[in-house]
Amino acid sequence: MSPRYLELVCPAGTPAALRAAVDAGADTVYCGFRDCTNARNYPGLNFDPDELREGIGYAHERGRHVLVAINTFPRAGDQGPWQRAVDEAAAAGADAVILADLGVLDYATRRHPGLRRHLSVQASAANAPSIAFYREHFGIRRVVLPRVLSIAEVAALVEETGVETEVFAFGSVGPMSEGRCFLSSYLTGLSPTSEGACAPASHVAYVERNGEVLSRLGTTTLNRFAPGEPAAYPTPCKGRYVTLGRASYLFEEPVGLNALGFLPELKAAGVTALKIEGRQRSRAYVSQVVGTFRAALDALARGEPPPAAALTGETEGGRETAGAYRRGWR
Amino acid sequence: MSARPPVRLTLGPLLYHWPAQRRRDFYLRVADEAPVDVVYVGEVVCSKRESVFAPWRDSVIERLQAAGKEVVLSTLALVTTAREVEAIEEELARGLLIEANDVACLKVLAGRPHVVGPYINVFNEGARDFVLARGALRIVLPVEMPARSIGTVAAGGAAGFEVQVFGRQPLSIAMRCYHARAHNRTKDHCQLVCGLDPDGMTASTVDGADVLTINGTQTLTHGHGVLLGEAAALVEAGVTHLRLSPQDLDMVAVARLYREMLDGRRDLPSAIEALRALTGPVPFVNGFVHGREGLAWVPPA
Repeated sequence: MSPRYLELVCPAGTPAALRAAVDAGADTVYCGFRDCTNARNYPGLNFDPDELREGIGYAHERGRHVLVAINTFPRAGDQGPWQRAVDEAAAAGADAVILADLGVLDYATRRHPGLRRHLSVQASAANAPSIAFYREHFGIRRVVLPRVLSIAEVAALVEETGVETEVFAFGSVGPMSEGRCFLSSYLTGLSPTSEGACAPASHVAYVERNGEVLSRLGTTTLNRFAPGEPAAYPTPCKGRYVTLGRASYLFEEPVGLNALGFLPELKAAGVTALKIEGRQRSRAYVSQVVGTFRAALDALARGEPPPAAALTGETEGGRETAGAYRRGWR
Repeated sequence: MSARPPVRLTLGPLLYHWPAQRRRDFYLRVADEAPVDVVYVGEVVCSKRESVFAPWRDSVIERLQAAGKEVVLSTLALVTTAREVEAIEEELARGLLIEANDVACLKVLAGRPHVVGPYINVFNEGARDFVLARGALRIVLPVEMPARSIGTVAAGGAAGFEVQVFGRQPLSIAMRCYHARAHNRTKDHCQLVCGLDPDGMTASTVDGADVLTINGTQTLTHGHGVLLGEAAALVEAGVTHLRLSPQDLDMVAVARLYREMLDGRRDLPSAIEALRALTGPVPFVNGFVHGREGLAWVPPA
């Protein structure tokens, strides 16, 4: 893969979104199969093998790449779907697979040694020895870094590991070590790690009580909204909890991540690729966010300042943060 | 039924931040009185806590070993700094068995014998076979696993398999410190405020239900995970070690009643009643092992 200023890696929850991302200037698109093998297993999303093949054809004709996320952890006794997904991604001509589970990584390494392997953020590799371990045993070529690292920490990992890095540039701020968070299954019984859906819509309810709206996940209330206040989606790490007699966003505010203002710093840190999140978002979202980042990256590549752009309407909760990229996040 | 060695009881690493003196007294009492076969020591949650207990650690380890306990050194669940990596290397040089809780440890261990801790995802046979081929003697399975999956994984390999059967269940680990955040401090200037809560800090919903326990960068269940009714079936399915996770209550008494029940000297209703008397108002949970939401309590049939 030959990145320009920074490789722009964009989400595609549907074939239409894949074409929209390519048309808006994505260097690379990532997607998943329509089952529990990927971490965005939501109704109406994702690809079957034929759609994947067509999508890859569309991208390759335009000189772009397609990555396939197979980044959940197989249930015991049921590894078949994950192994088939790796086989199908290879057969469809995917440019790489994004994996997290030690068993799936081992399978892909043995069965498809020529298929490029990226380490998913779900593997939560936040230090140099972990990355070295995955490289030594599975030949991973790229690691998707947890979004909890500062830019200085990212730079140190690039320097120390020699593996390509992909960092989150736009999407959500996840404070927990990813792939190892059981909060959603604690409340719903459905596991993001093996079933690929955090806070599944089937378990979400908004209940009106005394003029207020309570958002619930399973039987647990995660937030309370005053009349007229927009009710955020009840994700366990974005809920309001009471500690020491005070209700607060204990884990993280319901805000979106936007690193658009940090592109030169990320480039200087030696980052290879920027990841835009949002396989569950609309095609319009994909076009707008990808287009905005494309314009900024092209301007920076020409040595010009990036055009002023506002993406606040597209961020989670309509508010944004630079997350761990700014000082004091922790 | 084939003859199995008797199931081992283990005392997991102390997850909360207790004062050094208290921590020492706890382990000395465990050495003298608790019917556990294995004791895990070491800091899992935050490296800033480590220096507090460091002066006492070696003597505690010696006392536990002298009492016939297998001592295992647990590592951090989330390793991020170079200093933390060096610390793992130093521990290895001391020759203790290591419980690896971050994949970084597997790199440092380089195939030497070790225990894979519950913070490394081994959810299936593929992951199991991979770690067993690289020096794992025993795998502590993630708390989220249902009994059927535990049985499938524990059926294979000559290794040991361990499941936590008592104590709050760890749900997540983060770079950010929620104890510091709740006290309006940053992680860098936390002054180890987590030490105020030897049993963790309760987080409730806005409508008053206690739901989570905060322990620095770690989040746990509010209720105690209690797999008393499930223990016999887990052992039958191939689990060799049952873990008791230290809480701020009489852990020696907890160990005794689990041991008595496993040895057939106490029946299940009596064990549950005795455990309720020790745990007070904190509810029991066991949903994960039944394939349900983790906060559920499925009473013994």
